[in-house]
Amino acid sequence: MEYCPVVYPDAFNQGISNEKAIHIYFSQAIPLITYIDESCLYLEEKKCRICENICQNDAIDLKQEPKKKEVNVGAIILSPGIKPYDPGAMKEYHYGDFINVVSSMDYERIMCATGPYQGEILRAFDLKSPQKIAWIQCVGSRQVIEGGNSYCSSVCCTYAQKQVILTKDYNPDAECTIFHNDIRSYGKDFERFYERTNALPGVRFIRSYTNIVREDPETKNVFVRYATNEEGVKEEEFDLVVLSVGLEPPANYDQMADIFDIELNEHGFCKTDPANPIQTTRPGIFSCGAFQGPTDIPESVFSASGASSQCGQLLNFRRGKLAQDKVYPPEIDVSGEEPRIGVFVCHCGANISRVVDIPSTVDYCLTLPNVVYAMEQLFSCASNSAQEITDMIKEKGLNRVVIAACTPRTLEPLFHDTLKEAGLNQYYLEMANIREHDSWVHSKAKEEATVKAWDLIRMSVARANLLEPLQEIDLPVNKAALVVGGGIAGMNCAFSIAEQGHIVHLLEKEPVLGGIARKIHDTLEGLDVQEYLRTLIEKIYRHPLIHVYTETTITEVTGYVGNFVTKVQSEKGDAVIEHGAAIIATGADVYTPTEYLYGEDERVLTHLELEELMAKEDEKVTGAQSIVMIQCVGCRNEDRDYCSRICCSESIKNALKLKEINPDLDIYVLFRDIRTYGFNEDFYREAADKDVRFIRYEPEAEPQIEPGTGEEDGRPVLKVTLPDYVLGKKLELDADLVALAAATIPAPTTKEVAGQFMLTLNPDGFYKEAHVKLRPVEFATDGVFLCGLAHYPKFIPETINQAYGAASRVLTLLSHDTVTASGSICVVEDEKCMGCGACVTACKYDAIKLQKTRHGDKAMVNPVLCKGDGLCNAMCPTGAIQLKHYTDEELFSMIDTMIPVEEEEKADAIAGGV
Amino acid sequence: MEGEVLLKDKIRQLKEKIEDKLGKKDFGDVLIVGGGISGIQASLDLASSGFKVYLVDEAPSIGGHMAQLDKTFPTNDCSI
Repeated sequence: MEYCPVVYPDAFNQGISNEKAIHIYFSQAIPLITYIDESCLYLEEKKCRICENICQNDAIDLKQEPKKKEVNVGAIILSPGIKPYDPGAMKEYHYGDFINVVSSMDYERIMCATGPYQGEILRAFDLKSPQKIAWIQCVGSRQVIEGGNSYCSSVCCTYAQKQVILTKDYNPDAECTIFHNDIRSYGKDFERFYERTNALPGVRFIRSYTNIVREDPETKNVFVRYATNEEGVKEEEFDLVVLSVGLEPPANYDQMADIFDIELNEHGFCKTDPANPIQTTRPGIFSCGAFQGPTDIPESVFSASGASSQCGQLLNFRRGKLAQDKVYPPEIDVSGEEPRIGVFVCHCGANISRVVDIPSTVDYCLTLPNVVYAMEQLFSCASNSAQEITDMIKEKGLNRVVIAACTPRTLEPLFHDTLKEAGLNQYYLEMANIREHDSWVHSKAKEEATVKAWDLIRMSVARANLLEPLQEIDLPVNKAALVVGGGIAGMNCAFSIAEQGHIVHLLEKEPVLGGIARKIHDTLEGLDVQEYLRTLIEKIYRHPLIHVYTETTITEVTGYVGNFVTKVQSEKGDAVIEHGAAIIATGADVYTPTEYLYGEDERVLTHLELEELMAKEDEKVTGAQSIVMIQCVGCRNEDRDYCSRICCSESIKNALKLKEINPDLDIYVLFRDIRTYGFNEDFYREAADKDVRFIRYEPEAEPQIEPGTGEEDGRPVLKVTLPDYVLGKKLELDADLVALAAATIPAPTTKEVAGQFMLTLNPDGFYKEAHVKLRPVEFATDGVFLCGLAHYPKFIPETINQAYGAASRVLTLLSHDTVTASGSICVVEDEKCMGCGACVTACKYDAIKLQKTRHGDKAMVNPVLCKGDGLCNAMCPTGAIQLKHYTDEELFSMIDTMIPVEEEEKADAIAGGV
Repeated sequence: MEGEVLLKDKIRQLKEKIEDKLGKKDFGDVLIVGGGISGIQASLDLASSGFKVYLVDEAPSIGGHMAQLDKTFPTNDCSI
């Protein structure tokens, strides 16, 4: 790479930095190999060939031709993702014209440690850190003009907030301004994220359209024109402008549709059926991720799993026929050897190396007892680095490995694998967290941070000396699944699992299946929900492998992953169900409003009650002259600090339907932000075009409502008053009906079920998934999965995606005969145990029992139930119970090496004196 | 005994017929087009539940656009 004469803009870094014709795509690329692209002089003009001569391994073959390979498969999944909108398509943004106007994708690379400036936020123009930065939202989205897209791209509001937070982390003095339309914080924990951003000093959210007017010829600063209700039109100077670009279908979508013979929607994304958004128009071909429409990461992840489950349904008959299991080399017994420790110090791109001095740290490691080898790595988690670790273990005869990098929470399993590849017991691994515990929190104190890294590594090395090999246990897997909740989520999940050959027990607390969907009649996309439910329920009852229990309560849950035992009472009587996995699909409820005269005046309804009246063609609806809808009732407030996601679209659906019934009906939607993300934006526009009046209110000045008489005809009405910010006066609306967009709230059973299955809830009372982005359908508790509204409010197609997603994750468990339990569990030293039972009460997993022996009661640990949390260790008065892999001896060795004994005694003496 | 021989013969004939029709090509269960976060997740799920997967991407690395992102909201976790 050093010798390559061709320098051209690096596409991965958005062209901000340069790259050679022969290069690595990015430092954590998989596979991590150098490659030559089209800019190569030899490929273009048959010249140069320097790299070929330089390479000592003869690895470069400039004559390589693209090869065609044919494969026969049973199913295809299309996950081509998106293309970020190119703001160059609209001249008024001056992108590519003004050097200090960048796209949000450019800005991601600018902020990134592996980006063009190694994580320094700089302007390309003068390589100085910008102080005043503006974000312009909805670039290429929510625009019905030439070059724009009509839909909402769903993610830009929140990613812009993320960029603001990260900018303020980097430079606390930066002034950040976001010019926006509606703020669409509709996702789980997004509302709090928005509030967090808004509360930062020097951050302004301004609701205004903008114009990029000019740039300063000297400083190249950019002038933005905008308007506010208070101050009218203003022009302001910024050092840098970030365009929050939207998401477009993949570049070659036409060609792709032709090749696979599938249909697209009018925006170029995959045409999907709301009853099964994963299925394309051609059987056997499935779509997932943002190809279904602009979407965030968790939705992409669960729709991907969902696509996998649908392939599984199709190809169940040949499961396991072509796949091969990974084989590890036999484990070498090194327990009798002297410790030979290898330390691998990770740069984490620049995340660590920007603060901690890595070369001196490596030198320091080599001075530590029993460390025979130490080296630095750019990314220890990259596949080539893992190979390097394996090679070094073999070459240097290492029998203990310390990785000084990040938190073991994410990457410990990966490094366990690395050790196994080298034939070492995986419990000979120790990680020193010099990123979260060091470089990230001490970024301003580089020298001290380096010393702290040495301390942390010294502690890890001390512990590594004492590590013992542990064996993991293979547990048998019961092949049945239990689904809790018989709504759309639970039924789809149950169906998909059963179609793949597993018995499913489906529990419903009501006498009938269907859940909250029984109250919904159609969707914006035109799905007939009741008809859909009827077909689905029939499929469920007809399926030979699905057992339905209605009017069910769960009385007891015991067991663990692969082997749960759940006791239930239902209309069938009492039952004991054995199952390997459980899926929580307990749904959600509608908030019962206490505001706006709800429950006092029968003309005030919830949005679902209005939908019900509309379905019945009730004359309260057909005879109405004016209907007012009030959004955000019972959420986005102190009690419920989240957005219910679906209510804006629900109200717009009702409004459109009402306009169909009576085009002369006056409809007013009183909103805070309209959050019709994705393609639903088109329905919002349609409603506005059909004269549905949208009026914004602020939470500080909520609409007031009281009974009164009509302005013109004196009919009895509800008077709704609120300030009009555009006209700057008070508005008074006469309403025959008022529909409240009541919040979606967790189902009443949520807490109880969480207790039974040992699950956690988020601050809003919805279940908390294992990882918000990457494990959206799993719990931290093994063997328990999640889908539907119980996770968070969502639309029916999203629920269906997630239900299939959960089914897929369940299949990754149930398709195996065994599951592996951790070797890091508690053991009791019988001689020391007094049988006091303190550990039994401390254990949250019911893993310890007292057993009578000849020497009195002794504690016994059930290894498959033990989660290794160590609570019992702390309770034991005699130190009889120890957690393997975290023994007292190991932990004390870390403390002792950190605080030498003399100092400790000194500290004790001082403490004793006080 | 005789039945077994007949069956073996049938299988051989069938194999030849399939090879005749499809050529000696590679066989897989599922083809996944696009190696971004969703393509990767689908591959992992299928592979860990017993299917052979071909994952294709036009870029020299898997990861898609998510690999280009610095952090992810709302937890600001690292994207890689």
